[in-house]
Amino acid sequence: MEGNIVGFVALAAGLIIGLGAAGACIGIGIMGSRFLEASARQPELMNTLQTKMFLLVGLIDAAFIIGTGIALWYTTANPFIK
Amino acid sequence: MAAEHAPTASEYIVHHLSFLTSAKQTSLVDWSVFHIDTLFYSTILGLLGVFVMARLAARATSGVPGRFQAAVEIIIEMVADQAKGIVHSPESRKFVAPLALTVFVWIFLMNAMDLVPVDLLPMAGAAVGIDYMRVVATADLNATLGMSLGVLLLCIYYSIKIKGFGGWMHELFTTPFGAHPLLWPVNFSMQMIEYVAKTVSHGMRLFGNMYAGELIFMLIALMGAAWAGTLGSGLLWIGHIIAGTIWAIFHILIITLQAFIFMMLTLVYIGQAHESH
Repeated sequence: MEGNIVGFVALAAGLIIGLGAAGACIGIGIMGSRFLEASARQPELMNTLQTKMFLLVGLIDAAFIIGTGIALWYTTANPFIK
Repeated sequence: MAAEHAPTASEYIVHHLSFLTSAKQTSLVDWSVFHIDTLFYSTILGLLGVFVMARLAARATSGVPGRFQAAVEIIIEMVADQAKGIVHSPESRKFVAPLALTVFVWIFLMNAMDLVPVDLLPMAGAAVGIDYMRVVATADLNATLGMSLGVLLLCIYYSIKIKGFGGWMHELFTTPFGAHPLLWPVNFSMQMIEYVAKTVSHGMRLFGNMYAGELIFMLIALMGAAWAGTLGSGLLWIGHIIAGTIWAIFHILIITLQAFIFMMLTLVYIGQAHESH
């Protein structure tokens, strides 16, 4: 029984990190490419856009990093095994 | 920690994730428990920030600034620019811009405690009899949610101050969908959801980032603790230095970014309270 739980939690941790990373990377990739396009078109806006881009990078990254933290918590100090 | 056996990986992590509490926590929400370590480090770092800034302000020159003064001037200018762009009322800005600066510097200092080696201060504490200690105050959900609740109170204060109590009530019941009485409950529940979501995500974002960062530092430290004299463990030990360096460098970005984001969202939420629909 306990072995089952350990296996499932390992799978869950992989899914949490993997899916979160995929989502965050796609999001940041799209935003980065748009930022480059925009600053190629209007280089004078680059600085203002850069601030906003970093803000959004942090917002997008947050969900992924929270997920990673939870997944690492599950793998190291498993709360499902009493 | 008991000296007769080395802790296992789980024990190590659980021990390092335990707060120094004033009493044993019995339920999920227990108002009688204080996290002494969080209170201590946040107060000390807040005072440090205030003290350093005040000393610098006292001996600031209008001539050629020193390096430190220039750095502080850059931060203040950056915060003032952002505040000017987001909060349009100059009168509120007298209070909100210094608030944003405080939030930024304070959170940055608390986040920066993440870069102190994970075992240094807890071990120093254990040497004088303090068994549990977490040094990163922002990796405590109570601290971050406390700060975001403070921002929520300010939002309500400015909503009432700018629009009047009646105006604010009017906004609560008539936006986003319209003034028809049938829509009042829908509007009101939407507004409540917005307030709750804003506040919770504001605090959770900072907490999650710092918690994950701290945990990864602990896992890296575990790699180093695997040292047992064999070749494999030696490689792990070297790996922990490399991984720790890389993660610490990456973390410099994260701690600054998260402090910046918390500050920006504080400004944005208070700015929103100023806009009438």
